[in-house]
Amino acid sequence: MIEERFDAIVVGAGPSGNAAAYTMAKEGLKVLQLERGEYPGSKNVQGAILYANALEKLIPDFREDAPLERHIIEQRLWTMDDTSYIGMHYRSDDFNEERPNRYTIIRAQFDKWFSRKVRDAGAVLLCETTVKELLRDSRGKVIGVKTDRDGGMVFADVVILGEGVNGIVGQRSGLRPELKAESVALAVKEMHFLPREVIESRFNLKGDEGTVIEAMGTITAGMTGTGFLYTNQESISIGIGCLVSDFAESGMTPYGLLEAFKNHPSIRPLLANSECKEYAAHLIPEGGYNAIPELYGDGWIVVGDAGQFVNAVHREGSNLAMTTGRIAGETVVWLKRRREELSKANLAEYKQRLDDTFVIKDLKKYKKIPEFLHRNKQVFGLYPKLLSAAAQTWFRVDGADKLSKEKEILKSFRKGRTLPGLIGDAVKLARAWR
Amino acid sequence: MTEAPKQAQTPLSRAGTKKELPEHFKAYKHVWVFIESEHGAVHPVSYELLGEGRKLADKRGVELAAVVLGADKDANAAAAASSFEYGADVIYMVTDTVLAHYRNEAFTKAMTDIVNAYKPEILLLGATTLGRDLAGSVATTLLTGLTADCTELAIDDGGSLAATRPTFGGSLLCTILTLNYRPQMATVRPRVLPMPQRQEGRRGRIVECSLNLSEDDIVTKVVRFIADRESNKAQLAYADIVVAGGLGLRSAENFQLVKSLAEVLGAEYGGSRPLVQKGWITSDRQIGQTGKTIRPKLYIAAGISGAIQHRVGVEGADLIVAINTDPNAPIFDFAHVGIVADAIQLLPTLTEAFRKHLSVNRLAG
Amino acid sequence: MKEILMHIVVCMKQVPDSAQIRVHPLTNTIMRQGVPTIINPYDLFAIEEAMRWRDRFGGEVTVLTMGPPMAEESLRKALTFGVDRAVLLTDRYFAGSDTLATSFALAAALRKISQEFGEPLMVFTGKQTIDGDTAQVGPGIAKRLGLNQLTYVSRIAELDPVGRRITVERRAEAGVQVLSTRLPALITILEGVNEIRRGTLDDAYRAARAKIVTWSAADAEISDFSKCGLRGSPTIVKKVFAPAPRSERAYQIPAGDLSMEAIAEKTMQEIFKRKPAIETDLMRFSSGQ
Ligand SMILES: Cc1cc2nc3c(=O)[nH]c(=O)nc-3n(C[C@H](O)[C@H](O)[C@H](O)COP(=O)(O)OP(=O)(O)OC[C@H]3O[C@@H](n4cnc5c(N)ncnc54)[C@H](O)[C@@H]3O)c2cc1C
Ligand SMILES: Cc1cc2nc3c(=O)[nH]c(=O)nc-3n(C[C@H](O)[C@H](O)[C@H](O)COP(=O)(O)OP(=O)(O)OC[C@H]3O[C@@H](n4cnc5c(N)ncnc54)[C@H](O)[C@@H]3O)c2cc1C
Ligand SMILES: Nc1ncnc2c1ncn2[C@@H]1O[C@H](COP(=O)(O)O)[C@@H](O)[C@H]1O
Repeated sequence: MIEERFDAIVVGAGPSGNAAAYTMAKEGLKVLQLERGEYPGSKNVQGAILYANALEKLIPDFREDAPLERHIIEQRLWTMDDTSYIGMHYRSDDFNEERPNRYTIIRAQFDKWFSRKVRDAGAVLLCETTVKELLRDSRGKVIGVKTDRDGGMVFADVVILGEGVNGIVGQRSGLRPELKAESVALAVKEMHFLPREVIESRFNLKGDEGTVIEAMGTITAGMTGTGFLYTNQESISIGIGCLVSDFAESGMTPYGLLEAFKNHPSIRPLLANSECKEYAAHLIPEGGYNAIPELYGDGWIVVGDAGQFVNAVHREGSNLAMTTGRIAGETVVWLKRRREELSKANLAEYKQRLDDTFVIKDLKKYKKIPEFLHRNKQVFGLYPKLLSAAAQTWFRVDGADKLSKEKEILKSFRKGRTLPGLIGDAVKLARAWR
Repeated sequence: MTEAPKQAQTPLSRAGTKKELPEHFKAYKHVWVFIESEHGAVHPVSYELLGEGRKLADKRGVELAAVVLGADKDANAAAAASSFEYGADVIYMVTDTVLAHYRNEAFTKAMTDIVNAYKPEILLLGATTLGRDLAGSVATTLLTGLTADCTELAIDDGGSLAATRPTFGGSLLCTILTLNYRPQMATVRPRVLPMPQRQEGRRGRIVECSLNLSEDDIVTKVVRFIADRESNKAQLAYADIVVAGGLGLRSAENFQLVKSLAEVLGAEYGGSRPLVQKGWITSDRQIGQTGKTIRPKLYIAAGISGAIQHRVGVEGADLIVAINTDPNAPIFDFAHVGIVADAIQLLPTLTEAFRKHLSVNRLAG
Repeated sequence: MKEILMHIVVCMKQVPDSAQIRVHPLTNTIMRQGVPTIINPYDLFAIEEAMRWRDRFGGEVTVLTMGPPMAEESLRKALTFGVDRAVLLTDRYFAGSDTLATSFALAAALRKISQEFGEPLMVFTGKQTIDGDTAQVGPGIAKRLGLNQLTYVSRIAELDPVGRRITVERRAEAGVQVLSTRLPALITILEGVNEIRRGTLDDAYRAARAKIVTWSAADAEISDFSKCGLRGSPTIVKKVFAPAPRSERAYQIPAGDLSMEAIAEKTMQEIFKRKPAIETDLMRFSSGQ
């Protein structure tokens, strides 16, 4: 047992845990951070997108030494069927700005860097240390944690759970319900190594410019999910994810899906001659607003994925994680300053502060989306097919006059789905979006 | 920040330091091989080194010498005789009771004394537990370069020893020179080099050297020597036929199939590293870069992918037969005969086929 | 048994996890992006062995590494196992050291350690590293410090810290050599002799806050820099390259939809066809001659 008593124990060294620990340590609180992995990031999926804003609020000058891969100047949204894609590409030189807004990163390296900042700020990090359960006093208030190491008990005024989507502590302690298969996606991801020059020529980039492809369509074989491809400096991160419940139904394997995605005629050339290194699988909470569990209680707070804070529609997660972590930290500091107890009543402050941020606002805005996508699979199978067919008819010059082409396209849509159906979907989607 | 390792890998930063060989080293000539013998028997690696040393000496137009250290007159004489027959022109011999068993102190002194007296330009030792123990302290005493575990030795245009060895866990090879120091030392693992032809009756001159070292000067004593029972010691490295299995066999039970085939063929069996880690086989049966290097007439690999670290240990085999379910498995890149099949099914039938064939023909003949 | 203060120094190295090093298919260069570093696996056995003897007789275990500043990670990790002290020898002068230069630097650091923290009764090293992979640094250190050298030690049979004697079992080619010698000695520990322990929560906590003793070449009282790093390394890496692939791929036994028996027969015949000698040898063997 560690004799010393801490102001706060943070479970997990991902973006959320790090943000919380950093915020508190910086303000002079005594913080102990516990991480299961061999080092921060070791348990985390490789490439990802970093949203500058959330990090700036913690470490304004992070650009000076953070391991950033490429800043994103081009976004490609693809709707794919088996042989083709229809794309919406946006590329702008404006993204080559002083303080770019989005970067590709490699999580293992980024988390390590972030964690170093946390430790420099004064927090103590113990890796390869898994928190087994929460310790409570007679009144049920959380007073510390028990780890898997010998003599593994340690005490603090508050425990912040940044243990990720499938963290067992919160669940085991009944703070939040078991994950529901229809509110988590399983994503698999690979790193493909290529020389800088090759990546730059293939994606028409220079220097540290980067491109991101987000794809949906038949690649998920009718399941709710998306595929993605990020360019790093000397590698490409590619992955695909679908709702766990859908995998269960379809009996398809994530790996098989990724293989197919990689071999899609529009993707394969982008990966040609690359060497695959990492293969990682990870869960993404996609339940949205309605799936958010209890976020605080007597002596405990939940942050990041553990609180289902992910915006599935925009593939945002780490920024929500950092923001919730930061605000949890600020709340604790604020209460400590005012010598207040870290009771359930007082910690309600955390939720109130969250409500004023984009985190809750966005999740509220999209709260119907997961539901919608779950119920309207045609978005992932039928529509891409129709769109592609339409485009072909449109672009093929085969002597048919344009008017009858338009008719044919319309007909194909109707055949695929009744007119009311089409309109209905449009309306529903619009609602969910609003 | 990680400048140290980086630099270590930028070849030029080192190669750049080439300059004229210092005067006092100009006198260093000839290629030497340390003849390793424990308990009377010469370790075959010494002959393999003589074979290679011969080529190097001829390329340099110098003599090939063998260093024989021991306590027993007859054993030394025998070692010398065979060394001549494997290509040595000269033998530097020390016969002294303190050399009865291998001990670092005594052997290091004996070796360094002779080197300082007779000045070889190249000194080769086997990368055995004995050779590595000795080479390390000899090189440090002489303050010269030593390249361990070489897979290839050559003389470069500048006339220096170019020693090639695996690096980065076997994924790469590097060629190492010792330009400004002498002797240029290298160790080579058993079976990496081919066994040379023995020339019966070949003779040369013997130079007897003395070692002024008394038993009292030596702190370390050999209490006793527990020889391995042949039964539990794999003779892998020198077996004519080796049958090996890999993770493709899926279970320790299935590994029996490898043993059975080995039995019918009177072969040794071995495996890939993961099998050692899983405890299916003992570490002395691991084949590859961090295990044994083998040079059998026939190597049968079942359920082995053929990773580079495994490959380097078996490439010397005359005939490599690989059984693998994956037609794209890397092992088919260096095997001579490949069978895309389930080893778990094929091994037993193959065993049976050989058993039949052999019994039938024995009755016949 | 009465407390005897015994100091053991373990030399350990931080190495790239070679399992994860890839050679680029196109450029033949090493792709170090994201390659994690680990404690040289062979050194873990030395660390555990040292702690076991410390636990038995009392005393201290110091781990020593020469490497870039980031090698501190590995030293801290060693502390989580429960070693008492970690020393990092780091200086740009050491960059590019080969084994001779490495043993020179480590020997200097070991002398300094004796002055500062007490003379080590034993210095342990691993059998070899997975990057350097020479098994030379240990013997090099022993020679430079005039320590009795015991390599490939599979078991420390007897240890008498007071009488300063040790008896070990040493792996030799054809068997096990039982050697007895005087301490201090340098011992290279064979792999598989023990299993590294998992430190307690307190070990981990102590490790996280421990101060790593960090020395420059000057701190280690090294004055002759010509013996360090590149300049002190007689060996020169001339070129690094990927192994050449064998030209032709394997001849495939046409398996198709043949029965296993048929495939087995074909395989055997193919072997005999290519190496008739093998068949005759087999005959001799099977007829017991
Ligand atoms: C394939 C994929 C791609 C993604 N892409 C993006 C992207 O491009 N942009 C983006 O913003 N987000 C992305 N996300 C989401 C993002 O990764 C997460 O939202 C973010 O990592 C959440 O951070 P966290 O700290 O809450 O959880 P995590 O990052 O999962 O961290 C939890 C940490 O806690 C540790 N831990 C768990 N249990 C215990 C325990 N009992 N004891 C001790 N430690 C424990 C874990 O080891 C882990 O290190 C992606 C997710 C996936 C799966
Ligand atoms: C520093 C270092 C040193 C190493 N040293 C060594 C070494 O000395 N020796 C060594 O071997 N490895 C060594 N390795 C490990 C090496 O890199 C490989 O991981 C290892 O050789 C793989 O072993 P494997 O082929 O048995 O297993 P895998 O690589 O998993 O291969 C299994 C193979 O079996 C095939 N297969 C599956 N099922 C069947 C079936 N039913 N029938 C037939 N085939 C089947 C698969 O297609 C696959 O090709 C080392 C690694 C490192 C990093
Ligand atoms: N840079 C280093 N710092 C500390 N110890 C080392 C270093 N290099 C090698 N060693 C030790 O020497 C042993 C043999 O290393 P090597 O000669 O590289 O195979 C290793 O197992 C380590 O114990």
